[in-house]
Amino acid sequence: MFAAEEAVANPWIYDNVWLIPALPAASFVLILFFGKRLPYKGAEIGITALLAAFGLALIATFTWIGDIQGLEESEGEEHALVTDGGTQTVVLTAEAGEEHGPARGAPVVNEVEWFGIGTGANQVTLGSDGVEAVDGAEGEEAAEPSSGFNISIGTLVDGQSVMLLFVVTFISLLVHVYSTDYVNGDRRYTHYFAFLSLFTASMLFMVLASSTLQMIVGWELVGVCSFVLIGHWWEEKPNSDAALKAFLTNRVGDVGLLIGVTILYFAAGRSFSFVTINEMAVSGEISQNTLTIAAVCLMAAVMSKSGQFILHTWLPDAMAGPTPVSALIHAATMVVAGVYMIGRLYPVFYEGFSIAGSSINLMAFIGGLTTVGGGALAFVQRDIKKVLAYSTVSQLGYMVMALGVGAYTAGLFHLFTHAFFKACLFLGAGSVSHACHHSFDMKADMGGLRKYMPKTFWTFVIGSAALAGIPPLAGFWSKDEILVGTGAFPGTGGNGTYTIPLIFGLITAAMTAAYMTRTIYLTFFGEYRGHGHPHESGPRITTPLIILAFMAVVVGFLNMPSGFVDFLRLPSGWAHLFEDWVEPAGIASFVGVENGFTHAKPSLLLAILATGLAVGAGVVVWRYYERLYAKDPKATDYVDGPVANNELVAAGHRVLVEKYYLDHLYTDVIAGGIKGPVARAANWFNQNVLDGVVHAAARSSVGLGRFVYRFVDQGLVDGTVNASGRTASESGQFLRRVQTGQVREYATLMFGAAAVLAAVFIFAF
Amino acid sequence: MQSFLDSWGISAMVFIPLVGVAIMMLLPEKEEELHKTIALLASVGAGIFGVLLLANFDYDRSGELQFAVDRRWIDVINARYTIGLDGMSLPLVALTLLVVPLVIVYSWNHIPEPGNAKAFLMLTLVLHTGMLGTFVAGDLVLFFVFFEVVLLPMYFMIGVWGGEQRLYAAIKFFLYTLFGSALMLVSFLALYWSTGSATFNIVELAEQVAARDISLRTQVLIFGGMFMGFGIKVPMFPFHTWLPDAHTEAPTQGSVILAAVLLKLGTYGFIRIAIPILPEAAVEWAPYIGLLAVIGIIYGALGCLAQTDMKRLIAFSSVAHMGYVMLGIATLTDFGINAAIFGMVAHGLITGMLFFLAGSVKERYHTLEIRRLGGLLVQAPRMGWILGITTMASLGLPGLAGFWGEFPAILASYDPAPQLNESLFRVYMVIAAIGTVLAAAYLLWLLQRTAFGTPSEEFADDPHIHDTVFTEWVAWVPMLIPIVVLGFVPSLIFDVTNDSASLIGDVVQALGR
Repeated sequence: MFAAEEAVANPWIYDNVWLIPALPAASFVLILFFGKRLPYKGAEIGITALLAAFGLALIATFTWIGDIQGLEESEGEEHALVTDGGTQTVVLTAEAGEEHGPARGAPVVNEVEWFGIGTGANQVTLGSDGVEAVDGAEGEEAAEPSSGFNISIGTLVDGQSVMLLFVVTFISLLVHVYSTDYVNGDRRYTHYFAFLSLFTASMLFMVLASSTLQMIVGWELVGVCSFVLIGHWWEEKPNSDAALKAFLTNRVGDVGLLIGVTILYFAAGRSFSFVTINEMAVSGEISQNTLTIAAVCLMAAVMSKSGQFILHTWLPDAMAGPTPVSALIHAATMVVAGVYMIGRLYPVFYEGFSIAGSSINLMAFIGGLTTVGGGALAFVQRDIKKVLAYSTVSQLGYMVMALGVGAYTAGLFHLFTHAFFKACLFLGAGSVSHACHHSFDMKADMGGLRKYMPKTFWTFVIGSAALAGIPPLAGFWSKDEILVGTGAFPGTGGNGTYTIPLIFGLITAAMTAAYMTRTIYLTFFGEYRGHGHPHESGPRITTPLIILAFMAVVVGFLNMPSGFVDFLRLPSGWAHLFEDWVEPAGIASFVGVENGFTHAKPSLLLAILATGLAVGAGVVVWRYYERLYAKDPKATDYVDGPVANNELVAAGHRVLVEKYYLDHLYTDVIAGGIKGPVARAANWFNQNVLDGVVHAAARSSVGLGRFVYRFVDQGLVDGTVNASGRTASESGQFLRRVQTGQVREYATLMFGAAAVLAAVFIFAF
Repeated sequence: MQSFLDSWGISAMVFIPLVGVAIMMLLPEKEEELHKTIALLASVGAGIFGVLLLANFDYDRSGELQFAVDRRWIDVINARYTIGLDGMSLPLVALTLLVVPLVIVYSWNHIPEPGNAKAFLMLTLVLHTGMLGTFVAGDLVLFFVFFEVVLLPMYFMIGVWGGEQRLYAAIKFFLYTLFGSALMLVSFLALYWSTGSATFNIVELAEQVAARDISLRTQVLIFGGMFMGFGIKVPMFPFHTWLPDAHTEAPTQGSVILAAVLLKLGTYGFIRIAIPILPEAAVEWAPYIGLLAVIGIIYGALGCLAQTDMKRLIAFSSVAHMGYVMLGIATLTDFGINAAIFGMVAHGLITGMLFFLAGSVKERYHTLEIRRLGGLLVQAPRMGWILGITTMASLGLPGLAGFWGEFPAILASYDPAPQLNESLFRVYMVIAAIGTVLAAAYLLWLLQRTAFGTPSEEFADDPHIHDTVFTEWVAWVPMLIPIVVLGFVPSLIFDVTNDSASLIGDVVQALGR
């Protein structure tokens, strides 16, 4: 910093990126203390802070992109370690960079000391069983990072975090604007905006975390904000129930998070640092076994946070919160945290699950199961928000599956595109509900709305088409990449041959199109079934919708395959931009070609197949509803038509309506069991067994005291003292009783105890 | 100034409350305001000396005893007046100095039935001296005296100002603690004789034990006596059953002091006396302590889930939370002991705060039955908010103090001292981590039932139910601020405790396998 030759100075934004979470955090405090006194009740603070944060995020994004383009030109120059003042700036140099192309996008870490703990005397690598008796050189190496246990707090800027900064601030800003209309006149308007700010700040804090410990902090803060916002209308019990369920389900996964982080901390030679952990995971310094256990533990956290089967059940219930919050939770904050964590610690998962060269692993399987299982549930919902919620579950499954099959960029790209169209859909659903007297019931209160609210209708259709993967909208590109990334389709390559995930992915592609068609039909076509006269929402609601719909159209072009770019005769630099920007040098060069981290080759045939399935499914559903509608304009009652005719279908339908009975299992069997019989048994044990022993001991010592009293003390003290105290005031009586009988008993007890132990000692000596 | 602090600072801090007691003794009972003022002044006076000590404390040498005084006391048994302050005792002294004045402030308009502010506040001040003395004592006899001084005032506080079952609770508390104290005393005496060194000084005893060839069996037995004394105070499962009764029946102030400071006397005893003097025995005992700690975590949480009374629920939660502290201690590592001290302070602040809240709820609703409560956020929104923040802190939410006692303890048990069975402690780690789910369950359930929803018909239009009042703000804000600040700046405690904790870790480390 001080001398010119001291290597590369970071761009201003990299060193001050902490401002991005700090702004909404400050906004939270300001709104909480001053919000109610302001003309717009605090909303203006939130929006201003978010605007500023979004501006900074944009600067960060473009700086990052500029860096990468520059690096590409200069063929990856070596970056050295830079130290200035108390702040340590580490610019990692990807070791394998030169061999496999330029070291693009090495993470920039900025850290300050948070606290120190321990001296390291304990650090000597002592395998409990002595099996891992290390030879000298290795032992030294393992002990090296232990020189100090200063735990740092800081920011980590790389493609992944910059991408999320952009998404979070962008969506959050739109949600803020939208909310000024949507929750207008709410009983806790100011409070709502305060927590919207804190929610955003927590997520941004997590996104920028440079260590696993810091990530836990952000992770949990996101959880508690969602608790508050889901339970925003806490007067009604279902809402607070939903909030509790969300928090508790996440806590279950957090057990895995705590343990996983602990394992990695010690495995990486006592470090919480993402960079250190990832480096050591890749270089093989952490054993495969350890990585697998850690990855499984962390997977539990992903399952709860990112709504993967079987811990997804809180997510649909979380719809109890205000709709803009749902949009924020589902698109940008909270649920993508789990996916983000996988990306952050990708080497751990990649090595731990042996993703390369495999055909199935835990992550890919859970993702695949979730994507199909969640999609199926979306078919039987009446509530438009619940359809979208299950759709989110399904899409998150897609992302996790992508990461599970080694398609890192595809997984994150899907996170990116999904954020825009899912936010669009949720906000659209909110707009619809705004028009229909705050109902979300598609069958009872909607229908035919396209005539009344064209803006909402068109943006919703665009969002749905993007979600369903209709080319050339955003979802098409990311979904196609994931399908390609499974490597199971002939001629694609990839990191393994994940046939089952490919099949799951194709099924979901069809299902998504089908249930979204159903939703659109029920909501916007046919005749209006609700009360009153629906109307289009105001500009503060429709403008965000239009912006998001626009994004849902265009963002997919950020990662076009080169074959397609060539076909359109576009400049070759336009191909896979997202991959260049986001995929860290870490993954590509750490894992390296020798470990088989490759990008699959896109396949035109697969793209046609997936699109065909989606369009086909959409058309079939459309025809089905059209026929129903022709039979009776009030088609809603017939929607479940085939269910009544076939027992097998009816049974399947029932399983779906009951959400695979998982809620029964969790709420009634597990939670009810622990809270009921188990806790009561523990309490009974406490009151009767433990206290019984205590009482028995007390009684016998009193007996012993009486015995001593009768033979030792008799005649010295008579009973008059006892008798005299009975009539006095209560406190006096108490004191007197203490002075008389009982104290002697205690003294006896003390004496007895001392005697017993003294005897023990005598024998021991 | 410095020389005065060096020789008199700690003594002044410890005994100023007794000066207050002496003055109050001379004044008639009717002068309630005067008694309150004197009590507050006395506790604040101790606090001023405490602040001076804290300000002049050399934080670079936090592993050493500072402001140490070592004078003749009882020559016959070689007991000396040895006091001092180091990184281990400092956070707990600070906690005590913070909590007691707040309790007195809270008492301003919350003197429990049957009244008599004079006696009540005098007892509080005696407690104050006893607790401070225990944390600074460097001599086992002195420690024992202060340890016992604490017992009687609390006994009277529960027995006279407590709830319906106060007699039973007070006697149970007294009995239990005395029983443990007796065994502890025997251990102290055995230590004195077996080392033959004619000293009760903790540091010297540790050196003597290390130098002499005392059989492991004897050491283990002596440790056992201390374990009973300290373990009951903590309280560890299965010696905890005095705690729910004592807490539930005690007046609010008593519960707060009990939770915030008294329980820490036990855990402090482990890390100040038992482990440093008898590290080899500690290694033998550690697996069992760890086992009881994790049983306590799960068992305490299950106990909470079964409670129908708010105060009793909070009381049971102490069993679970102190389990984390004991788990940290049982690892016998610097990391674990750091976590334990942090856990003590955090639990003191958080659970103390919860008891304050329970007291205020009781005052307004005249019941603590969870079933009948609800809608606190509607009727007393600020109090509801405070309850929300405190429960979140209690369940170990990062960003609030509770997290830094809990997570590092879990972390430490992954890698216990080298002599301990790693696999066993990893099992403990998993159980402790599962405990966090249960903690969230009972605390959020409590929050939902009391704060959310709408008030029941019974209380809907009760004019007595009002929001936080002035004395409550004055008493609570100083507790809430550190709960939040420590959550983000854990170094405030870790930097102080680290050297002392590391010394213990080193002692155990040096034993070899």
